[in-house]
Order: sequence, then structure tokens, then C-alpha cells
Amino acid sequence: MSTHVPAGYKWWTGGKSPYNVSYGKLMMWLFLLSDTFTFGALLISYGTIRVSQPYWPDPNHVYNAFPLMGHADLPLAFVSLMTFILIMSSVTMVLAVHEGHKRNRAGVEKWLLWTILGGFMFLGCQAWEWTHLITGSHPVLIDGVVKEIGTTISMNPFGPAVPGLMHDGHQVTVPGPIGFGSFFFGITGFHGFHVFSGVMLNILMYFWTRGGRFDRLGHYEMIEKVGLYWHFVDLVWVFVFLCFYLI
Amino acid sequence: MEHEHQQAIASSPEITFAHEPAPNTKRIWKTFWILLVLTIAELALGLSHYIFHMEGWLLLFVKGGMIILSLCKAVYIVSIFMHLGDEIRNMKLTILVPLLLFIWFVTAFLWDGVAWKNLRNKFDRPSTEQVAPAAHDAQKPGGLD
Repeated sequence: MSTHVPAGYKWWTGGKSPYNVSYGKLMMWLFLLSDTFTFGALLISYGTIRVSQPYWPDPNHVYNAFPLMGHADLPLAFVSLMTFILIMSSVTMVLAVHEGHKRNRAGVEKWLLWTILGGFMFLGCQAWEWTHLITGSHPVLIDGVVKEIGTTISMNPFGPAVPGLMHDGHQVTVPGPIGFGSFFFGITGFHGFHVFSGVMLNILMYFWTRGGRFDRLGHYEMIEKVGLYWHFVDLVWVFVFLCFYLI
Repeated sequence: MEHEHQQAIASSPEITFAHEPAPNTKRIWKTFWILLVLTIAELALGLSHYIFHMEGWLLLFVKGGMIILSLCKAVYIVSIFMHLGDEIRNMKLTILVPLLLFIWFVTAFLWDGVAWKNLRNKFDRPSTEQVAPAAHDAQKPGGLD
């Protein structure tokens, strides 16, 4: 994929795109740039609140569950699976774009279906993780009484341990910073909404491809634009993964 | 033939120099393996500071390593998967230069967060004192009610 541009070519003389891209693709890039700042603002505000707190829960301790594994301590295992699913779906998307360049309709359809499957798998994993965090309760000392609470946007059971206080064989803690749940559900929710929109767009692309729309148009550029959006969703996950699960 | 080929790909009169389609998917799969290895390295660092209970400068060093690995992944995704690396210079700069604002955003806001933490440590009571087990109807010291 090389572009052969003669040296000294004048881009700004009018009558053509000085960016050498179509209007639609440029607008998709500018939208993604603005969305980068939206996610950036969310993640930076999370960082600000987090460093301003004297205590913050250890992600290795919070995200240690895996479906069907009971109470086994498997830090980061499930989120690694989610990350792998999303990287894989990015690969299948770029393969769909590649087939689109070759105008191979059957290839585009095949790889779009794999990408849609990957998107649904990721959303399913996220639904499980949210359910586990909200319903999985831990003993917390609130106003002198031990209560079982889960992680929500207004409650956080992952505070510092109360020395020597046990409840049903579990260490009792004090409530952790509320911002933990608000930022986690807010930002992963906003990212999940992007994944959902991406899956919907991919389903639309699948039916448009099947209907022969791009063959009639003579090019598959629409697959490239949706592909840009899908890779952006993967790109955001790189930083959500970093900020919530690794650091 | 070359001209005919370009006609088929160029989707818009705005495009002056159409991209030639990549001959195979070698580059895509190579990028996939790079991303996988970088992710595994990140996980190893993430688990290492949990297992070995690192603190202070060593912990900051490990976290810095994970940030650098994430930025590398971002570069590969944007450059190869989103094909920004194949665009012309004008396009690359239009997308990348505004991102420099993040240097200021991250620095300023984290600085502010640390300043808040220092104020809290200076003026707030230790948190364990506020939530110590107390009789059910006892008033909180310093409470207004």
C-alpha cells in the first residue's frame, strides 16, 4: 500500500483534497479525533481523582474472577481474554477492509461476520463482568455495622482492611473511594456503547455488502470508514485496559 | 492497466494518488503478533507488581513501562490497522498534531490531583479515625447534627 507522489507536488492549489482522502474519510478521522478528546477527558478526570485519594483499590485484587471458576483468585485473566477478543476482531476487520480493496464480496462478508461475532463476544464478557462486580458483595464496616455491599456507582467495598475484623471467614474492610465505581462503570460503559454502535454499523455493512451496494458503487470505501471506527474502539480499549486494570 | 486499476480504487475525485491494494495479508498478521506480544508483556508487568508487592520508584518504573507498551500498541493500531502510516504528510499531521495537547492535559490535571492529595494529607483527619466502630446512636465528633 504505497502512494507514489512526485517530489514537490503542490497540494494546496485547489480542486482536490490536500489530504488525498475523500470527504467522508476525512470526516470520520476528524470525528475520531474529537472522540479521542472525549475519552481523554474522561480518563484524565479519572486519573486526577485517583491520584488525589490517599487510598485506591488494587485492580489485581478487584478483577480476579473468571466465569465458572468460582472463587478462584485469577487476577486479570478475564480482562486478558476480553483484550484478546477485541484485538482479534480488529484483525478480522482489517482483513475485511483488505478484501474490500480487492473488491472480493464473499471475503468482505466472511470477515465482517467474524468481526460482528467478536464484538458480541466482547459485549457479553463486559455484561458478565459488570454483573459480577455489582452482585458480588463483600463485608464492609459502615457506621460501626458490617454490611455486605457490591461495587456500584455509589458504593465501593474495596477499601483498606480493618485489622483483625473478620466476617464469615472474609476480611472486613472500610468503604473504598466512591469514584472507583463511578469512573469504572462510566468509562467502560461509554466504551461498551461505542462497541455496540460499531457492531450495529458492521451488521449494516454486512447487509449492504450482501445486497451488492458496493459492487454497484464500484468501491468498498464505506467498509474502510466503519473499519476506522472499529479500530478506534480497539484503540480506546488499549488505554481503558491500561488505566483501569494494569496501573 | 495501471491507470484502469487506479480508476477502480479511487472512490472520489478528491483523491489524486490512489493507494495500491496490498498484495497479501502478511503485514496484518505481523502486526497482530506484535500486538499480542506487547499485551502479554503488559500483563507480565501488571502481575509482577501484584506478586512482588513493589513500592516507590520501582512501582513507578513498572507503571511507566506499561504506559510505554500501551503507546506502542496505539502506534501500531493507528499506523497499520487504520492505515494512517500510508496517508500523505498533510493528513498525518492534521490528525497527530492536535494530540500534542494531551501532554499538557495529562501533566496539568495529574499535578492538580497530587496537590489535592497533599492538602488532604495535611488537613484531613486519618480516615480510620472517622470510621472506627462506634455505638449505634453515638454522634460523630465534630458533626453538625
